Amino acid sequence: MIELYILLIASIGAGIVAVEIKDLLASAISLGIVGFSVAIIFILVQAPDLAIVQIVVEVLTVIIFVAVILKTTHIDTTLENKMEVRDYLTKGVFVIFGIFFLIFSISALKELPEFGKPIMKIASHYLAKGFEEIKAANQVAAVILDFRGYDTLGEATVLFTSVIGVLTILRKIGKKK
Amino acid sequence: MRGMTIIVKTITKLLVGLIFLYGIYIITHGHLTPGGGFAGGVIISASFILLILAFGSEEIKERIGYIYSSIFESIGGLLFVFIALFGLLLGSYFFYNFLPKGKVFMLFSSGIIPLCNVAIGIKVGAGLFAIFLAIAATRFIMKE
Amino acid sequence: MVPYLCCIILFLIGIYAILTKRNLIKIAIGFCLLEYAVNLFFALIGYKKDALAPIYTNVSQSKNFVDPIPQALVLTAIVIGLGTTALLLSVAVRIYEKYKTLDIKEIKRLKE
Repeated sequence: MIELYILLIASIGAGIVAVEIKDLLASAISLGIVGFSVAIIFILVQAPDLAIVQIVVEVLTVIIFVAVILKTTHIDTTLENKMEVRDYLTKGVFVIFGIFFLIFSISALKELPEFGKPIMKIASHYLAKGFEEIKAANQVAAVILDFRGYDTLGEATVLFTSVIGVLTILRKIGKKK
Repeated sequence: MRGMTIIVKTITKLLVGLIFLYGIYIITHGHLTPGGGFAGGVIISASFILLILAFGSEEIKERIGYIYSSIFESIGGLLFVFIALFGLLLGSYFFYNFLPKGKVFMLFSSGIIPLCNVAIGIKVGAGLFAIFLAIAATRFIMKE
Repeated sequence: MVPYLCCIILFLIGIYAILTKRNLIKIAIGFCLLEYAVNLFFALIGYKKDALAPIYTNVSQSKNFVDPIPQALVLTAIVIGLGTTALLLSVAVRIYEKYKTLDIKEIKRLKE
């Protein structure tokens, strides 16, 4: 699994570049590197459904970012300003938060099952029932639309809300005049 | 957003139908192969977005785009909820799989899952297309 | 455990962008990074060594599959992430139209 580690390190590097670079277009493209690395990792961990969705969504994300940056400005002017006391304060808060987060997450990750050996208590039940009773070949489709349909309904509602929000915010002003 | 050169326009005319067809294939075979409503819907909206990027947002009538995309999104959402409510109507629980299951590995199998996939595909495709149309077609009214 | 830690580090980079950056588009990029980190973490939790993707190809197949439940949870979350990112960016577009800057400090100064 050496490819997995290479891709994870590449995504971390591209993430740092995306956050720190001055040109916002280069920043959006670095975000694309992170997304495509995540898509390849999905293929490596045997999740082809996720890889299909992630590739297309990543293309659309980069397109939307570029469209917004072309409409506004593509130089991050905030990096030119001098550091003030408040900037040092936010960085200090982040360092304290990051240290605590790392400590607690390491102690929580020790409780998880080892990488590559999930417990699969409910999943084995779903895998057996999904094939014999529901007769679906793709078990992920059986889980999202039959066993856990409520979850999909909730997510569809969230998508509906976000679409309405975008259309409301970007509606043309003074159309009725 | 302006359109692109004639090379891009010609290639887009050739490709956009194939991309749309691939999205429909992904949706209808969602219970047999990788894919499903979410993946297919995103691919369908990507085909429309390719049209806008190649031909420019001036050529497409925005108002008609808004109206049809909101109608199709509502149709998709309502279809999904009605499929779920139909189980209650038959005297069973919400999201009851009321259709006959059929044989495994056939296109018409596994009950309501293909129908739900179609509903979600319509909803996701129309919704993402509406989002992109709103962002691409916004023109600023810069006040000095 | 090392792959999980890489996800945590990616998450921390996103938190860093949200807390310390002053450009609105950089903040949106931070939110995107958070989303990728969480999706990746879920997909890695379900991974099983030497197992197949959870899709039957014939009837008499071995049932050595990876866990399908985290994949099902992430599949919907990816599409939702695109919608919420678009909502954030549309707010940024409207703010730029009004104040002609993306710097949140400048916006605060102009508001007074």
